[in-house]
Amino acid sequence: MRHDGPFYPRDRTWHPAALTPGYKSSVLRSPRHAPLSLEATASESTGPVFGHDIIGPLDHDLIRNHARTGDAIGQRIVVYGRVVDENDRAVAGSLVEIWQANAGGRYRHAREGYLAALDPNFGGCGRTVTDADGFYSFRTVKPGAYPWPNGVNDWRPAHIHFSLFGHAFAQRLVTQMYFEGDPMIWQCPIVATVPTRAGIEQLVATLDRRNTVPMDALAYRWDVVLRGRRATFFEDPRA
Amino acid sequence: MNETPSQTAGPFVHIGSNPNWVELTGVWDRDLGLVMVGPETRGERILLTGAVFDGAGAPLTDALVEIWQADANGHHGRDPSFTGWGRQPTDATTGLFRFGTIKPGPVAFGTGTGTMAPHISVWIVARGINLGLHTRLYFADQADANARDPVFTRVAEPRRHTLLAHPEYHDGPPSYRFDVYLQGPDETVFLDI
Repeated sequence: MRHDGPFYPRDRTWHPAALTPGYKSSVLRSPRHAPLSLEATASESTGPVFGHDIIGPLDHDLIRNHARTGDAIGQRIVVYGRVVDENDRAVAGSLVEIWQANAGGRYRHAREGYLAALDPNFGGCGRTVTDADGFYSFRTVKPGAYPWPNGVNDWRPAHIHFSLFGHAFAQRLVTQMYFEGDPMIWQCPIVATVPTRAGIEQLVATLDRRNTVPMDALAYRWDVVLRGRRATFFEDPRA
Repeated sequence: MNETPSQTAGPFVHIGSNPNWVELTGVWDRDLGLVMVGPETRGERILLTGAVFDGAGAPLTDALVEIWQADANGHHGRDPSFTGWGRQPTDATTGLFRFGTIKPGPVAFGTGTGTMAPHISVWIVARGINLGLHTRLYFADQADANARDPVFTRVAEPRRHTLLAHPEYHDGPPSYRFDVYLQGPDETVFLDI
């Protein structure tokens, strides 16, 4: 009998280090002690559950969910993919939240300082819950690149922020999705916090020509991997 | 397969988590995680407040704090009248977060009869934090239970105090203060769990 055992330890050489001086904000916000490693207990191997009933009909449609006078301006895209764990098992029923800048690279936020125009028909937030096979999908506009205060002339590549819950507090993940073929990816200090090229490539959505919606929207596919659990086949000898 | 690498939540995480709080209204009515407790929820009502401080001693005013905890009987996700999960932005001016919840019961540990002291799991993301930070809040007024807790006692003694929420005495429900320090002599113990 296969049972879900403890989570695989998080590979901290695959994730960005806490202190990454090229991304200046990390300097004062990075713990200096090593984290204390522990096997997850009931407090971490469980997590909040969100039903499909919390999701409104337009929550996943950023072209329409803040519409005032019409659709949001910009390149219409579908972003979809599958959420799986490290054992390639579908993670069904996971809340997925996204937020992003508009097509001009401007966020709808009081502290946003970029001069690009707001779009009255674009808010920039969306959410959905993965289906039984782990799939999510959003309809949105492709966000613009934008300058940000780090170096004097640093620009972020087009990206969408993702927040995923999985089934356990130990699986909680926030990350960013980039777009295939964007040369801006390779000059970004935040992207560069990911230590390996293979890790960065895992953050890049691929243009999915076959799922392009004719006369409507390009499709980008991006799969997300959350932490997986060891299989246990035997009783715990400590029990 | 490798876990998808983390990236910072950036300065505008509240657009995604708490749009109504940043005046992005009309998309959905209620931001998730603001209300944890209902009239049917069993357990002692408590208020948790605190701030997250950077290495220069400034409170983070752009952070997002989530908590996950057991119900009054020590079970996660079992009491339908209690979400167990809360999420709050840190205030844009003061940096304070504030959760209305209940005091959790002791939680079973392992497969034996052992228990963990009442505690609340805490997770923090913000600009400048590359991978979400996990820690735990224990209650300073439960010193005996804490001294027997298998996680609390794994922490080197000189740093255990960083996991303690301290009771504050004023009118209203019992209130606890939990400050998180990202760096410095009182750097909070973060967990790799």
